[in-house]
Amino acid sequence: MSTAPNSSPPLTKVKRSNLTASRLRAALLFLAPMLIVLAAVAGWPLIRTIYLAFTDANLTDLSSAQFIGFENFYAVYDGETYGLLVDPEWWNAVWNTVKFSLISVSLETIFGMAVALVLHASFKGRGIVRAAVLIPWGIPTIVSAKMWGWMLHDQLGIINGMLMSVGLIHEPIAWTANPDTAMWSVIMVDVWKTTPFMALLILAGLQMLPSDIYEAAKVDGVHPVKVFFKITLPLIRPALMVAIVFRALDALRIFDLIYVLTSSSTNTMSMSVYARQQLVDFQEVGYGSAAATLLFLIIALFTAVTLTAGKVKLSEEA
Amino acid sequence: MADVNLRNAIKEFGKTRIIHGVDLDIKDGEFVVFVGPSGCGKSTLLRLIAGLEDITAGELYIDGELVNQKSPKERQIAMVFQSYALYPHMNVYENMAFGLELSGGSKEEVKQKVMEAARILELEPLLERKPKQLSGGQRQRVAIGRAIVRNPKVFLFDEPLSNLDAALRVQMRIEIAKLHKDMQATMVYVTHDQVEAMTLADRIVVLNAGRVEQVGSPLELYHKPRNKFVAGFIGSPKMNFLEGTVVDASATSITVQLIDGASVCANVDGSKAEVGQKVSLGIRPEHLSVTESGGFSGHVDVIEELGESHFLYVRTQSGEVITVQGTGDAKAKRGSTCQLAVPSDLAHVFDENGLAFSRHLKDLAAEKLAAQA
Repeated sequence: MSTAPNSSPPLTKVKRSNLTASRLRAALLFLAPMLIVLAAVAGWPLIRTIYLAFTDANLTDLSSAQFIGFENFYAVYDGETYGLLVDPEWWNAVWNTVKFSLISVSLETIFGMAVALVLHASFKGRGIVRAAVLIPWGIPTIVSAKMWGWMLHDQLGIINGMLMSVGLIHEPIAWTANPDTAMWSVIMVDVWKTTPFMALLILAGLQMLPSDIYEAAKVDGVHPVKVFFKITLPLIRPALMVAIVFRALDALRIFDLIYVLTSSSTNTMSMSVYARQQLVDFQEVGYGSAAATLLFLIIALFTAVTLTAGKVKLSEEA
Repeated sequence: MADVNLRNAIKEFGKTRIIHGVDLDIKDGEFVVFVGPSGCGKSTLLRLIAGLEDITAGELYIDGELVNQKSPKERQIAMVFQSYALYPHMNVYENMAFGLELSGGSKEEVKQKVMEAARILELEPLLERKPKQLSGGQRQRVAIGRAIVRNPKVFLFDEPLSNLDAALRVQMRIEIAKLHKDMQATMVYVTHDQVEAMTLADRIVVLNAGRVEQVGSPLELYHKPRNKFVAGFIGSPKMNFLEGTVVDASATSITVQLIDGASVCANVDGSKAEVGQKVSLGIRPEHLSVTESGGFSGHVDVIEELGESHFLYVRTQSGEVITVQGTGDAKAKRGSTCQLAVPSDLAHVFDENGLAFSRHLKDLAAEKLAAQA
């Protein structure tokens, strides 16, 4: 390898670049179908949404849309401010989404870890339990949201029925309509549905760990709790981070669960629900697109920050 | 430092019995090696001593104390694993200090112990490194260091050199032997490599299918194997076994007639042998020699030249293939016929149950010289 290029450098160079070129061509050929599909189903709608965010488009007549610059985001008329950035409802939706994401992802991580640790232990019928745990994740969100909607119903719901029969509450609670409980109902259902996914990702991380170090820890006489915090947790951190980022990205664009459970209630309205309301209910395509564009920017920013932080961590370890 | 005593130790996994009642006394400061074919239970026996597996029945004493129900830590043992089992996210120092720090040693005390172990094992320049930045030999040294700092009563080694390449294995073997000399600690060592067993052990325990076949010093096992299994397992290449019948027996010798008619005399105690009894004649490859006449004849099938020695694979007239080891270059030609002589003093005889007729060896040291000659 070290002497060959010296004896005949031009020849090797030409040969190599030919090979590289043909490899590049093959790579492009294989990538092309996916790139085209992505451009059509993700790229085009994204560009169009961003474009619409700078117009006054209305659902009644999209063709008469006029370019209005940043007015959907921020505008001043006669000393009064207008636009998304000063809309309290938008900021309510942002706050709701952040609160929902933080709480639900935290709970899912904790419960997911607990479930994963149980499933990682060997016991009889583990295969069946593993499959059973995944059921909530397998049900389509609309179906499970509807199911929970009925269970949480203020008049006919089984949750109220059970709580009243054991005497914990004296009158039915409107779980999804009451401002005090609406967000918590949404979070509970999301945790119920998504914990299995977290558990599965964490379990995959656990199964990558070598078993011998646990025996070494046993010989060292390390307490099981210490083993978890000093050995297991640091070692599955990469897998855990991936799982958390995945879930956080998912949670930030939450729509279906909230929309089905609580419709467009301001108590639980997320950024996605807000954008839909503007776009469809109020027919303000331009304004709604501006909200969708901001949502996109927030998620993009979050992703960029996490990936950069992750890379810094990785390079430190290497 | 302590004695280890096993009394009728039994281990069952579900309904399968892996260890069938082992009795063993390991003395303080002794280096004992468990050898046996894979699946013989040697690692399981070690894990029973470590406390990583529960003993199904029987008793285990360390330092005179019954420890069946005690955790590995309470038994005060340290273990070195085949796969090193280092904590991948900790550096060398932290790996060695981890157990100590958690058991409440002061920072200074821990540091002193770790630095001492690092000095003994020449790990000082590597203390900041993570395990993945170390070579296999260095990793195993860290694992040994982690054992040393705990100042255990008993060191347990589970095939510690199996993952290393041949050259490193020899080097580490010497380091472990030196460590044992310096520390005078009780060590129990599992291996399937009989060279490791022969070179390291004060005593070797040969295990087969969960039973102890023989316990003894390396040369005792080599010269006086109690049965056919030990005779075949200790020594490389393997001992040759030839089927035959007793034609003459006395208190000092047995004459065996082989299937192809040749008679061989072995100087063993034949007072319990009967004429006409079926026996196996055992001869180590290094004890056979090619002669002009006498002994029995065979056909040279394959020759392997190793430089300092050579192996002949000789097919006897009855179809048995026997291995002959000679020094230097082979003089025989492939495909030729040769005569093999068996020295009566070095032949072994086993009865139908595989038990050896005892050999008259008063002086093992003299025998050692004879074997070397």
